Amino acid sequence: MSLVYAGTCCHSPAITSRGEMADPQLRRQLLEAFDRQRRTIEGAGAEAIVMVSSEHFANFFMDNMPTFSIGIADEYYGPIEDPNWLKIPRTTIPANPDLSLRLINQVMQSVDVCFAQEWKFDHGMSVPLHFLTPQYKIPIIPVNINCQSKPMSPLHRSWALGLALREAINSAPEKIALIGTGGTSHWPCTPDSGKINEAWDRTLIDHLINKRKDALLAYTDEDTYREGGGGAFEIRTSVCIAAATEEQTGEVWFCEPIPIYATTCSILSLYQQPLDLLT
Amino acid sequence: MSLYYVQKLLYHLNRDPVQQQHFFEDRDTVFGHYTLTEEEVDALRKPDIGLLYVMGVNAQLLMHYATMSGYDWPQYIQAMRDGIDQYGPVREGLYAMQDGKGAI
Repeated sequence: MSLVYAGTCCHSPAITSRGEMADPQLRRQLLEAFDRQRRTIEGAGAEAIVMVSSEHFANFFMDNMPTFSIGIADEYYGPIEDPNWLKIPRTTIPANPDLSLRLINQVMQSVDVCFAQEWKFDHGMSVPLHFLTPQYKIPIIPVNINCQSKPMSPLHRSWALGLALREAINSAPEKIALIGTGGTSHWPCTPDSGKINEAWDRTLIDHLINKRKDALLAYTDEDTYREGGGGAFEIRTSVCIAAATEEQTGEVWFCEPIPIYATTCSILSLYQQPLDLLT
Repeated sequence: MSLYYVQKLLYHLNRDPVQQQHFFEDRDTVFGHYTLTEEEVDALRKPDIGLLYVMGVNAQLLMHYATMSGYDWPQYIQAMRDGIDQYGPVREGLYAMQDGKGAI
């Protein structure tokens, strides 16, 4: 069994681009939770991070939009956003194409995915990586779920992707961490930016850490859009991680609405390797 | 249908610094590569961020066009609100507005 850690985290670009505009205490607590996740990943000896995100038209457009895609490049690059705006320097990010190939082949046994030999990360990947592997020491396997443009796949397909990823990860000898990014209520980059439906977010997070499959798959896009805004279509990423870690109850390491970051920022720990499996 | 090409142009600009430089040096040539209405070309050229938002341009694309056009965050948010006042509700697209009174 090679999954050594799994969790989710927020990826709002404002965490870095408008970082100092937030309540200082909330920001400090959020960064401490990010750092706890970083230390847990490093402490588990992760040799790769499979990061499931929702990109925002950095690589994929409506001319040929993949529902699910997995990177298989020799290296990645990011962020595509203006680094002076995002306040994250552009850099190359290490990959592991051999591991990507093995994971893709295994995932394809049950879920069809596209693959990409070129991938420019946007804030959906770059903001979490900035905090979770700031020196970019751990190879990344990017996974994208289309959460930006309809038609989007139903949530039970994200659940299926999570199961397939877990099986694939378990088939690899490498120690692998699995991280999902994004996904609470937000109305990003619109005049409604800063609206947060905290009650909706906390209910969702309770379902996620308790891996309530039926409750999670009962969310409809109509309800999600009404209650959580267009940004909340990203719940597909966290549903995927919940499926991959169904056997364990998770923990909330941070969960607070931060309006200047335009969402409820959360850090969830959804899987830690049982002590009897630690080597 | 033309909204698709407005968004495709912005997608290309966001992804490719070389194309971005070319665009700001010679917009009319770049416009010629896309199927755009006169209203869309005018909105892109000014730029009229509020009108582009009302047209339905996905805000994940529009935000970066505003930034590369010199808008800071408060100016960008205000431009969309001004667009609603001037042109009316968002016409189409995923990021339709609620009441436009976010916390920022």
